[in-house]
Amino acid sequence: MEKTGTLTIDGNQAAATIAHLTNEVIAIYPITPSSNMGEFADEWSAAGKTNLWGAIPRVVEMQSEAGAAGAIHGALQAGALSTTFTASQGLLLMIPSMYKIAGELTPTVFHIAARSLACQGLSIFGDHSDVMATRQTGYGMLSSNCPQEVMDLALIAQSATLQSRVPFLHFFDGFRTSHEVAKLVEVTREVVREMIDDTWVEAHRQRALSPAHPVLRGSSQNPDVYFQARETVNPYYSQLPALVQGAMDRFAQLTGRQYQLFEYEGAADAQRVIILMGSGAEAVHETAAYLNAMEEGVGVLKVRLYRPFAPELMLAALPTTVRAIAVLDRTKEPGSDGEPLYKDVVTALAQDAMSDDSRFAVMPRVIGGRYGLSSKEFTPGMIVAVYRELQQAQPKNHFTIGIQDDLSHTSLDWDEDLRTSAHDETFQAVFYGLGSDGTVSANKNSIKIIGESTDLYAQGYFVYDSKKSGAVTISHLRFGPNRIRSSYLIGNGDASFVACHQPTFLEKYDVLAYARKGAVFLLNSPTGPEMVWDTLPATIQQEIKDKDIKLYCIDAYGVAQRSGMGKRINTIMQTCFFAISGILPPEQAIASIKDAVQKTYGRKGRRITELNFKAIDETLACLHQVAAGAAVGTLQSAARLTDRASAFVQQVTAEIIAGRGDMIPVSQMPDDGSFPLGTAAYEKRNLALEIPVWDSDICTQCGKCPFVCPHSAIRSKVFHESQLKNAPANFKSVPVKAKGYPEGHHISYQVAPEDCTGCTLCVDICPIRDKSNSSRKALNMAPQPELRAQERDNWDFFLTLPEFDRSQLKTNTIAGAMNLQPLFEFSGACVGCGETPYVKLASQLFGDRMLVANATGCSSIYGGNLPTTPWTTTPDGRGPAWCNSLFEDNAEFGMGMRLAVDKQREMARELLVELAAQLDAGLVQAILEADERDEAGIYEQRERVKQLDMALDGIDSTQARNLRSLSENLCRKSVWIVGGDGWAYDIGYGGVDHVLASGEDVNLLVLDTEVYSNTGGQTSKATPRGAVAKFSSGGKRTGKKDLALLAMDYENVYVARVAYGGKDTQTLNAFLEAEAHPGPSLIIAFSPCIAHGVDMSRNHHQQDMAVNSGHWPLFRFNPENIPLGKPPLKLDSKPPSIPYRDYVQSETRFNMLWHTQPDVAEALVAQEQKFVSHRYNFYKQLSQLDWSDSEEVAQVKAAAKVSAATPAATPEGEV
Amino acid sequence: MVDLSTRYLGLTLKNPLVPSSSPLSKHLDSARRLEDAGAGALVMHSLFEEKIEEEDATLARFFHQQSLGHAEADSFHPIPEGYMSYEEKYLEHLTALKNSLEIPVIASLNGTTPGGWVSYATALQEAGADALELNVYYIPASCKESGSEVEDRYVEILQSLHSQISIPVTMKLSSQFSSVVHVAQRFQQAGASGLALFNRFYQPDIDLETLEVVPKLELSTSEESLMRIRWIAILHGRIDCSLAITGGIHNARDVLKALLAGADVTHMCSALLRRGPGHLAMVLRAVQEWMEEHEYESVEQLKGSISQRNATDSAAFLRSNYMRVLDSYQPPSGVLW
Repeated sequence: MEKTGTLTIDGNQAAATIAHLTNEVIAIYPITPSSNMGEFADEWSAAGKTNLWGAIPRVVEMQSEAGAAGAIHGALQAGALSTTFTASQGLLLMIPSMYKIAGELTPTVFHIAARSLACQGLSIFGDHSDVMATRQTGYGMLSSNCPQEVMDLALIAQSATLQSRVPFLHFFDGFRTSHEVAKLVEVTREVVREMIDDTWVEAHRQRALSPAHPVLRGSSQNPDVYFQARETVNPYYSQLPALVQGAMDRFAQLTGRQYQLFEYEGAADAQRVIILMGSGAEAVHETAAYLNAMEEGVGVLKVRLYRPFAPELMLAALPTTVRAIAVLDRTKEPGSDGEPLYKDVVTALAQDAMSDDSRFAVMPRVIGGRYGLSSKEFTPGMIVAVYRELQQAQPKNHFTIGIQDDLSHTSLDWDEDLRTSAHDETFQAVFYGLGSDGTVSANKNSIKIIGESTDLYAQGYFVYDSKKSGAVTISHLRFGPNRIRSSYLIGNGDASFVACHQPTFLEKYDVLAYARKGAVFLLNSPTGPEMVWDTLPATIQQEIKDKDIKLYCIDAYGVAQRSGMGKRINTIMQTCFFAISGILPPEQAIASIKDAVQKTYGRKGRRITELNFKAIDETLACLHQVAAGAAVGTLQSAARLTDRASAFVQQVTAEIIAGRGDMIPVSQMPDDGSFPLGTAAYEKRNLALEIPVWDSDICTQCGKCPFVCPHSAIRSKVFHESQLKNAPANFKSVPVKAKGYPEGHHISYQVAPEDCTGCTLCVDICPIRDKSNSSRKALNMAPQPELRAQERDNWDFFLTLPEFDRSQLKTNTIAGAMNLQPLFEFSGACVGCGETPYVKLASQLFGDRMLVANATGCSSIYGGNLPTTPWTTTPDGRGPAWCNSLFEDNAEFGMGMRLAVDKQREMARELLVELAAQLDAGLVQAILEADERDEAGIYEQRERVKQLDMALDGIDSTQARNLRSLSENLCRKSVWIVGGDGWAYDIGYGGVDHVLASGEDVNLLVLDTEVYSNTGGQTSKATPRGAVAKFSSGGKRTGKKDLALLAMDYENVYVARVAYGGKDTQTLNAFLEAEAHPGPSLIIAFSPCIAHGVDMSRNHHQQDMAVNSGHWPLFRFNPENIPLGKPPLKLDSKPPSIPYRDYVQSETRFNMLWHTQPDVAEALVAQEQKFVSHRYNFYKQLSQLDWSDSEEVAQVKAAAKVSAATPAATPEGEV
Repeated sequence: MVDLSTRYLGLTLKNPLVPSSSPLSKHLDSARRLEDAGAGALVMHSLFEEKIEEEDATLARFFHQQSLGHAEADSFHPIPEGYMSYEEKYLEHLTALKNSLEIPVIASLNGTTPGGWVSYATALQEAGADALELNVYYIPASCKESGSEVEDRYVEILQSLHSQISIPVTMKLSSQFSSVVHVAQRFQQAGASGLALFNRFYQPDIDLETLEVVPKLELSTSEESLMRIRWIAILHGRIDCSLAITGGIHNARDVLKALLAGADVTHMCSALLRRGPGHLAMVLRAVQEWMEEHEYESVEQLKGSISQRNATDSAAFLRSNYMRVLDSYQPPSGVLW
C-alpha cells in the first residue's frame, strides 16, 4: 500500500485535482456551485502544473455550458482527453451534446456539483434534480458522498470511462460536498498513474478523427438502420458495472479504500433498509449505526453506480431479511408516480419477484420519499422518522421528510431533538461572521491547522445568506477522533464553542441556540469586559445563565486598529478561538497560525505578515473572560416589522427574514413562485456607520444624489407646504427652486437611515460646497447611531407625503426625474454597486408600466432573492412586473412578453371596434387614437380605460367580458430585458442578436461590469484587453467585444452606451429615447464592480476616467434620425483626453498585470491605447456621415471592419 | 586637463553631476543614457512609504481577504503566482541598474514615519545600493507639533535607518526648518553622511471649477537654485558631511555657482526631464570649458571657494545682502511707483 499524506480541502478541489491530472483539454463555464473546479483547473494550468503525461492541460472558457459541451465533444473526437465541470441548468444545456458523446462511445468524465433546477424559483443549492435529468443520455453515473469519495471516485470514473468507452457523470452534492472542507487522504499521482492504463489512452487516440485514417462519424441514419445501430452499444453497458467494480477493486488494492457499486451498511439481518445516494447516505449510515447499537436491526444501501443501473447487484447487496424499504430521492418529478431511484428499485424488486429464483421469499414493501431539496437539512431525527415509518402497517408512500406539508399531507413528522451518539467525542463549533470580515477564510485556515497538526478528523461547512452587502456567514466546524459522517449542520444545543464576530448579530439572531451546557462563547464587542454584560440582550443573558456558558470578550476592531490591521479581524478572532477552545495547546496553535500567516502572505506582503504577528500577540492580552452579571437586563432583541405589512409578509416574509424559513409549511408558500413587491423595505439592515445629512440651506436641488444612490436610500419629493402640518420637528424641507411647480410647494431630500449602506456616493457626487468651508457640501456624512431614531421618524413621515403628479414633472432633467418614486429600493447589492442606479432609474421613469425580464446574475439575485425584493409599487399599487427565466434565454423571454402584450393590445383594439356601438363613441375613438408618448398621455389613457372597464362591467356579453380581461393592454406597456454582460455578450448573445434583429419594441439594459460578477469575476467577452480576471489570470489578450457596434449595424436598433458617472444627463436621455423608440433598444451601461479592484466609493471617478480615457465612449444611435436625413449616431463624449494608461493603472484588475508580467502589461496597454483612439475616430466618422448617401456609409463601415480586424489577439508570451 | 572628480558620501565620483531622484532612473535605457552623458552617480526614483502601504491595503482587499461571504463567490481576483511586490520590483530594478551601470547608484526612500517600511533599507543595501537618500517629504500641518518635534521626527527616522545599514545615508532637507544650520548639525550627529538641500514641495493647486484641490507638477527653474546656493554657502565648512544641492540646477552656470558655494555634487532633475539625458553631457562640457577658461585645476579646488566663510564679503549671504537688493530695485520702464 502507498504511503500518503492528508489534505484538508473541499469536494470541488478534490474533483478538480483528479480532473486536471487526467485530462488534456478542459472546457469550462462558471456556474455555482461548480465554478471553483474550473477556477482551480485554470489556476493550475496558468501556474504550469502538468498532468499525468507531463503536459499542461489547456483550459478554455466557453460562452455557455452548451458551448463547453460542444467543445468537449470536438476535443474528444479529435483525440484529446477532455473534461468539464458544471451544475444545474448548465448540465441541462449540455444534454444534447451528452447524447452525442455517449452515442459515439467517447470516454470522458463530467464532474458535477449537483444542484437544484430553476422551476418556481432558482436555487443555487444542492440536490439531484440536475443529474437525474441526464440519466437517459447514456452516461455512466457515479455518486460520491463526501470529499474523500469525490477524490477517489473521480479517479475510478476516469479509469472506468477509458476502459469502457462509456462517458461518465461523476456527481456529488452541491455545497454539502462541493464546499465542505474535510480532511482526507490524498490520492497520489502514483495511484492515478496505476489506475490509468496508457493502452486505453492510446486506443482513444487511435479512434480520433484524423486525416491520416479518416472516417465519417455522426452520419444521418434512416428508418432502415437507426434502430439497429442504437442497439449496438448494449454490450458496452452490460459489461460496465463489472468494469467499474474492477476499477474500485484495483483502487482498493492501491489505497486500502474499498468501494462497492451498491454498498450496504447495517445489520446483516436488517428488516428495514433505506436506499439513497449522495451525502445524505452518510447521515443515514451514522443513524443506522446508532439505531443498531440499540438493536433496531436496520440498514442503508448506498447507491454509487446509478447508471447503468445493475438490479442484480443491488439485490445482491440487500440482506434477504429485508421486509420494508424506503427509497429516498433528492429530486422531484411533478406528475410522476415516484421519483427515479424509487422506480428503479421497485422495478428491480418486481423483476426479481417475477423471476424463478427470486431472492426474497416475499417482495419487500417499498416506499419512496423526497428529502433534502435545495440543500434542505437531512438530520438523524428525520432519518429515524423514515425508519419508524417503515414499521407502520401501511407506511406512507411518496412521502416527504424535512418539511411540513399541510397541503398534500405527504410529510412525515420527526423529532428535532433526536441526536445520535456520533458526536459524543466530537468538538463542535459555530461562528457568526460578516461576509467581508474574513470569518470563513479564518475558519478554513483553522480546519487546516487542526487537520494537519492532529490525528483528528475535521469538517467545515459554511452557510451564507443571500445578500451581497452586509451578508451573514455561519461556519459549522467539527473535529473528532472518528470519521465524520454528519452531512448536516450542527444542531441547537450541540456546540461546545460559539463565536459572534459582530455584536449587532446578537440583536438579530439567537446565536446561543447552538450552545450546549458549559459551552464557551466568544464575543467581539467594542465594550470592555466590565460593561459588556449590560450590552447583551436579555435573552442572551438568560441563555448564558441557563446553560452555564463561559463568556469571553475581545474588542477585535480595537486590536486590529492598534496593530495596523485596519478593519481586518480574522486573524484576531482565530487566535481567540485557539486560545480558549482548548482544541489544541494554545502555544502550538499560535505557532501554527503564525506559520499559516507566513504562508499566506509570505513574500507578497512582508509588512502585512508583521502586522498580523503583532495583532496575534496583542490579541492574547486583550481577551477577557467575563463573569455573568447578577441580573438579567431588559434589553430586547430588535424586531421591527411595520404593521403596515400584509398578512403574507407578516407570516411568510418576516419568518424567512428571522431565519425560520424552514418552519414555513407548504400551504403558506405561493404555488407558482409569485411574491408580493416592496418587501426589501421591511428588512432595515442598519449597515451604515455613517449616513448623509442634508444641508438644505446650500442645496441647489440638482437631483444628483438620488440619481446615483445604489440603494434608493436618499430621495427627493415635492409636495405642498400644507402637508407639513404633522411633520416631525427635525424634518427638513425648503421651497422648491425649480420652475414649473405650483406656488407653495416644498422639496425635501430625505435619507432612509436604516436602509442606507453608507457608501458615500451621494456626498461624492454633490457638486455644492459651502462658500466659507469647501470641505462641507450640501450633503455630509455623519454617524448613523445618533441620527437613527430621528431620521427614522423623518423617513416614515416622508413616506406618508403624497407623490407629486408624475405627469407634471420634467422627467428630461435630472432634478425633475429624481422626484419620481423609485420602484426599486434597498436591494442587497454590494455597497456602492455600479449597476443598481441604472435599474432604479428605469424603475423611476417607466416602473408603473414596466415588465422586466431579468437574466440570471447579480441583478436577479439582488432583485429577486428571497426573502425580499427591492422591486416595489406606487401608492396605487402599480409597479414593475418582474420575472427571471434563465441565464441564456432572457432576450427571447422578454421578447415573448412583448409579443403577448402587442397581440393582446391588437385583440383589445379589435374588440373595442366591435363593441363600439354599445360604448361611448367619443371614448372609443379617444382610446384608439390616444397619444401615449408622454406621461400625461399615458395617464389620460389609463383614465379612459378605467371608464371603459366600468362600461364593460355593465354589458353582459362574451365579447365584453373578453375585452374586459384584455383592456389593460390598451395602455402602453414597456418591456425591459435586463441582465449583465455574461448574458448579453456570451451565453445569451444568440438570443440578444435575434431579438435586436426582430424589430420588436423591447428595451435591453445591459449592466456591463465587464466580468461575470455574480459567480466571482470570471472573464466574459466584455472583459477588456489587459484585465486580470478568473480564467484570464495572465491578463486578457483579446479586446472587448463591441456589442454596440454590432447592434448599430442593424440600423433599426436604438443603441446607447452610457456611464452615469461620466455624464448623467446623457444616461437619462438615453433611457428616455430608448423607451420611446418603437423598435428594439439596447443600452449598454458601464457598471463599476468590486471585481474591478477599486474602492467603490470612487465609483464615479472610475466611470469618469473610463470615459475620458476612451475606454468607454458615450454615444447614442437613434435610428429615427435616419429617415429625417440626420446622422443617427451622436457622440456624447469628447476624444480621449487622458492616457489610457492612467485609467487602467487606477484599477487593480488591470494594474495587477504590471506586478506579474510588466512587459505584457505594457504591450497590452499600448495596443489598447491605439485601439481606443481608433475606435473613437471611427465613431466620429460614423457620426459625421451623410446617411442619405448609402454608398459612403457602406464604405466607412467596410474600412472600419478591416482596421478593426487588424489588431488581432496577441498569443500568450508574444506581445 | 581639469580634474572633475569629487568626493561625495565617501564615494569618489568622476564628476559632480548627479541626476536626482526622477522617473529617468525607472528605465534602464534612460539610466544608461545618463551614464553615457557623463553622470557621476545616479539617485534612483523613490521607494514610497505610502505606496508600500497602499499595496498592503490593495493586497489585503483583493487577495488576502478571500471571503466575500456570498455563496456564489468567495473571492474575485485570482492570486497571481508570479506577483512582484512594489518592494521586490524596486529591488530588482536596483539590481539591474547596478549590473548595467559603472557609476554608483544611490537608492531613495521616501516617507514620513519611523514605521516598519524603514526596514526595507536593509534589503536595498543587500541589493547593492552604494548609498541611501532619505527623503522625509513631510508637511508639518499640525498645530500640536512644534518645530523641534518636526526635527525629532526626521532624526528618529534617520536613526532608525542608520542603525540598520552600513552604507552612507544622505538626508534630503526641507527648506522650511527655522534653523537650517542647527538642524543640519543634528542630522550629521544622528548619522547622516550627507545633506541634500532642499526638497521641492510640489504645490497643490485649486481647481476653480470643482473647487477641489488638485495636485500639480511644475518643473523647477534656475531661479530656485539661488536660495539653495545660499544655504550651501552657509553650511560649507561648518558641518562635517557631504553637501548636495537639489532644485533649480539647470545649466553649467547653476552647477558652477553651487560648487563655488560649497556643494560636493549638484543634482539635476527638471532640466533632464525637459531636455532629456543628453542635456547632462552639454552641462558637463560647459562646466569643463568654464573651468579650463578660468584656469581651475579641479573641482576640489573650486568647491566652496565662495562659501560664506571664504567669500570676500561673507555678509553677502546674510541679512545685509537683503537690504542692498531691496534698495537697488528700480521700477521697470513705464511703471509708475
